Amino acid sequence: MAERTQGHTVAPTMVTQMTDSVPAPALSFNGVSMVYPDGTHALSATSFDVRPGEFVTVVGPSGCGKSTLLKIASGLHAPSTGSVDVDLKKVGYVFQDATLLQWRTVQRNVELLAELEGVGKAERAKRASEAINLVGLAGFESKYPKQLSGGMKMRASLARTLVLDPKVFLFDEPFGAVDEITRERLNDEVIQLFERERFAALFITHSISEAVFLSTRVLVMSARPGSIVASYDIPFDYPRRPELRFEPEFARISGEISASLRGAHA
Amino acid sequence: MSLTEDSNAQMAADAALIHGVAPTIDDSLVPPVKEGTRISLSTYLGPFVVFLLFLAFWEWMHRVGMELLLDKRPSLLPSPVTVIDQAFLDPIVRRQLLEGLWWTTYAAFIGLAISIVIGMTLAVLMAQAVWAERSIYPYLVALQATPVLAIVPIIYSVFGGGMSSRIYVVVMISIFPIVTNTLFGLTSVDASQHDLFTLRKASRFTRLFKLQFPSAMPAIFTGFRISAGLAVIGAIVGEQFFRQGQKPGIGIVMEQFRQKLRYPQMYGGLLVASALGIVVFFVFSWIGKLVVGHWHEATRRNS
Repeated sequence: MAERTQGHTVAPTMVTQMTDSVPAPALSFNGVSMVYPDGTHALSATSFDVRPGEFVTVVGPSGCGKSTLLKIASGLHAPSTGSVDVDLKKVGYVFQDATLLQWRTVQRNVELLAELEGVGKAERAKRASEAINLVGLAGFESKYPKQLSGGMKMRASLARTLVLDPKVFLFDEPFGAVDEITRERLNDEVIQLFERERFAALFITHSISEAVFLSTRVLVMSARPGSIVASYDIPFDYPRRPELRFEPEFARISGEISASLRGAHA
Repeated sequence: MSLTEDSNAQMAADAALIHGVAPTIDDSLVPPVKEGTRISLSTYLGPFVVFLLFLAFWEWMHRVGMELLLDKRPSLLPSPVTVIDQAFLDPIVRRQLLEGLWWTTYAAFIGLAISIVIGMTLAVLMAQAVWAERSIYPYLVALQATPVLAIVPIIYSVFGGGMSSRIYVVVMISIFPIVTNTLFGLTSVDASQHDLFTLRKASRFTRLFKLQFPSAMPAIFTGFRISAGLAVIGAIVGEQFFRQGQKPGIGIVMEQFRQKLRYPQMYGGLLVASALGIVVFFVFSWIGKLVVGHWHEATRRNS
């Protein structure tokens, strides 16, 4: 049985993927805490690393400061104490909702970030086409967001982030608003993307099965002020097949995390 | 992947694989986004029936209602037929009315154009900082609340007794909705969309033109539409006080007919003024639809 552990301590059940050639962290939190100006203590001192090729998911009760983690990681908010080491130029942020600009077509939405970075017209059109193909939206380039389904909007949002070729992906509960089936499909696609690009991912969700399915490591956060109370390494190899969700080992790990979360709620 | 076996087309679309495999999706998957533009009998039947009822009521008031309900002479409210005959079918009166229509339209449009330029500039300034909004807003509210009548002497001293003063009145009456709607549009951009721009360190200028203005377009056009109607009212109000310069607007023409007790002609002028208001309103609705209709999800649906 995996015991609940502090911080980075490795639980017995997991199979570590760390060999002698451990890459340097792409993202590290060093004693980061956050108290908002209105006095809300969102996050107490938190430290962890995400290395390239690691998919780290944070689960926790709602309002526990999960999203605050990403806001700090991306530089949108400055932490009250501590620091974050990350190359902000390499950070891609996938928002809770698709946040597409409604007046732009899919093509021009996907080009947006490259446009803001000053990438030339021909180059960004090329990169956008590649990204659109990658997420399976080919043929929808000239559609407007209001013409897309929820899942397709999230795909366009993913493609938009891919255009800048980020090394660190921050996902802020990106599939919370789509239905269960669409969510599982989008999970499959994120996994495939992760296998391809081997970026460092920090993913926020309140779905345990989503967390276990996607991640190399799952962190459990306590209620506000949020802090990491347990860490679970997920032993399954990639590529992960959708059927994985129904295997006993998957259920066992999910159960442990669920129990740990109940503790965190208290 | 087993996903491709799904017969449901929507699911297949959502199952589109990430690694470049072109999914088998076609346009039929796109949720239908039909606007309420279906032209059918019911589109015109309602307005037509109400129009007939209106005419019938008018005719009834002329024949019976004026004496029965109001104890007044029927000649104070001539029959619609008389109005058409004596106002629109009389070439001299018709010319007077059309000339009035022209000058009123002229004042309304120049005033509206000035309102749009000044109003949007003010809104952009106010959108930059809360202190700017706080500093400017009270004066706009005061301007909005000031009765034209009370400041006629001041307007007269500054802009004279003719067209310029009428245009000033138009600006005064029509600027407020443009400022408020533009400001509302510029400041109610989705917070995550702002974050998106912040993450890429977008400048204030980039943010304004690539995010805030496009996002504000539907609200801006709502402002234009409201202000266009007010501009017509402003032009007619202005004509009541500033009549110099051989440029008689429809309000002046109506007043002249009233003084000569030529009521059918006066009501003809009233109809022309109403028609101008309606046309202006629909023209701006149409332009707005042209500009943002292809992406903006109208919250109101006609069926």
